[in-house]
Amino acid sequence: MNAPAPDAGGHGAPAPAPTPVPGPAPRSGAGCGPAPHGDGWRRLDPRTVWVTGLVMTGVAGGAALPVFFGLAGVLPLWQAAALVLAGGVLVVAAAVAADYVRWRRTRYRIGPERAELHTGLLLIKRRSLARERIRSVDLTANVLQRVFGLVKVRIGTGEQTGTGESTLELDPVPKAEGERLRRELIAGAPCAESAEHHRDGLLAALDPGWIRYAPVSFVAPVLGGAAVGAVMQVSEWFGLQGEVVEWTRDRFRTTPVALTVAVLALAALVAGVVGALAFWVEMWWGYRLEREPGGALRVRRGLLTSRSISIEERRLRGVDLVEPLGVRLFGAGRLDAVATGLVREDDHKHAGHQALLPAVPAATAHEVAARVLKESSTPTGTPLTVHPPAARTRRLRRALTGVLAPAALFAALGVRVDPVLLSVAAGWTAVGVPLAALLARDAYRNLGHGLSGAYLVARSGTMRRSTVALQRSGVIGWTVRQSYFQRRAGLITLTATTAAGAGGYDVHDADESEGLCFAAAATPGVLDPFLRPAQEKEPG
Amino acid sequence: MAGEKTVRLRPPANRMNRRAVTWWRVQCLLTAAVPVGVLVVLAAFIEPARRWLLVAAGALALLGLAGTAFFPAWWYRVHRWEVTDEAVYVRTGALWQEWRIAPMSRIQTVDTMRGPLEQAFRLATVTVTTASARGEIRIQGLDHETAADLAEQLTRITQATPGDAT
Repeated sequence: MNAPAPDAGGHGAPAPAPTPVPGPAPRSGAGCGPAPHGDGWRRLDPRTVWVTGLVMTGVAGGAALPVFFGLAGVLPLWQAAALVLAGGVLVVAAAVAADYVRWRRTRYRIGPERAELHTGLLLIKRRSLARERIRSVDLTANVLQRVFGLVKVRIGTGEQTGTGESTLELDPVPKAEGERLRRELIAGAPCAESAEHHRDGLLAALDPGWIRYAPVSFVAPVLGGAAVGAVMQVSEWFGLQGEVVEWTRDRFRTTPVALTVAVLALAALVAGVVGALAFWVEMWWGYRLEREPGGALRVRRGLLTSRSISIEERRLRGVDLVEPLGVRLFGAGRLDAVATGLVREDDHKHAGHQALLPAVPAATAHEVAARVLKESSTPTGTPLTVHPPAARTRRLRRALTGVLAPAALFAALGVRVDPVLLSVAAGWTAVGVPLAALLARDAYRNLGHGLSGAYLVARSGTMRRSTVALQRSGVIGWTVRQSYFQRRAGLITLTATTAAGAGGYDVHDADESEGLCFAAAATPGVLDPFLRPAQEKEPG
Repeated sequence: MAGEKTVRLRPPANRMNRRAVTWWRVQCLLTAAVPVGVLVVLAAFIEPARRWLLVAAGALALLGLAGTAFFPAWWYRVHRWEVTDEAVYVRTGALWQEWRIAPMSRIQTVDTMRGPLEQAFRLATVTVTTASARGEIRIQGLDHETAADLAEQLTRITQATPGDAT
């Protein structure tokens, strides 16, 4: 039980820094440290006012159209036009003025010790980050900002205070200035580390063939539904919703209902697929994953909105190979970073910030994972310990209950109310039971856990299979859960808590004894004092 | 050590304070009393549905009383805590049992909290947080002096332990 760890990764309980560069970085050599510049305050780029003006013009234009059509019904045409125009001008002018004031009142300074930002009109906000704590500098630029040569810079520390206290946002600065900030704040710091003989430079670049996985992602049906919704919404603005429905009904007057439904569903699906392809191109165009000389990972991507996300290696605690069902059926998966201090408060950004790789063939994903983690073979590919059959029984029982409970309800209603419901129940059961059994079997097969060098590996999930490889030294505690039924089946659910990513990664339904031994081996010294042979009867 | 033999987690050393049982019972009663009270008031005003509302209120009250009689005693048997020089170790739950372990080197903050009901019973809750969003440990139902001592001890140990806790 108490055997020492097989190799590096967990040496004793307190092993907080996973990479050998703790504390402030040594400023050695020229061209590595930040170029000294005046300690004066800098302003954001004044062209932000133009960008805001243009964006608001677009927004106001978009909003004005339905308003105009609405008013045109009540007022004379010229009056409606004048009203809408005046309103639009007012909105744009107000936005431009507000942005101008914001620009006037915002200053930032990157000093030798701290990065500071002062902003605000009445309530002046002063935010200051210690430079040695800065862990991420992300650059994004939407189409308009790119036209003007601007970028938005987001500087973050690894802390998860949750309230956004730990990020500075410079929106926007000139592109060159953004690059300079990024180099100076992240990559510039730890120069001494590049002695390691691992592959620097390009880790992965876009293969246009990967687009074939875009239509099978969950994005496609969502976008298909959204397309139908958008048609309905826009037609409602113009008061034409009834006519759209009417027109659709006219097309299908002579066709049978089943065919109509099929054709409409197909149309939505095609729209969804086209949307998913476009979405993929916008998200991943020009994708490159690089390791920079200082040891930071950098993801660059985006067709219209360009994004550059840097993850300092000190923040990286592992990788997560995510295989959503549709993508997995085609043997592909995507790679997410498990890193501390990813912006948590806005979830939509959170999702984008941790993606290291789009859906790619599994072999490529494993290869890139190995390069990211600087391992010769990826921990995500190691053979895993299979969970006991009791876990399969639990999954089967759960899936069948999910199918049979509604079936029983329908059947009961069928007996009491309407016999038609009986056939509904029969059909539901006939389709649902095999499907549920299949999914349950898949869920069981996907369960697994193991140790691979310095990493702990846990896999689970059907709809979204996730294989996470977590640095053992990044595990900051354990939670063991056991329900009444798990107790009877001798199973436990283990959660390795960590400062990174989701905050904790689960090993579902492992064998009780084997799971505890696994956890104890993963983090030597943490669990051992609380384990004892099972023969003793537990009092109470 | 156990080696290939089967192992399990041993229960933590310390029980909660005895008064915690009463505190939990009062909590249970209050939780049940609110919906029962609402139903009874409704029954008083709504003539036609009075019988059904009263039946529902009675059933709820019965459930609440049964829960009050049953669960706090069970919780008292299960809930345990222990603080060693290396880690904080807590067991909670009844139907769903949960063991939580946080090494001292990873503890970030230690809070002591006393709600109004806890104050009445001279109890306190100590919350230990780590850098993980899911790593929080709560030790409920401690005597308030024990809790203060414990918080002080934890703060002392964690300050003496090096590392940035991530």
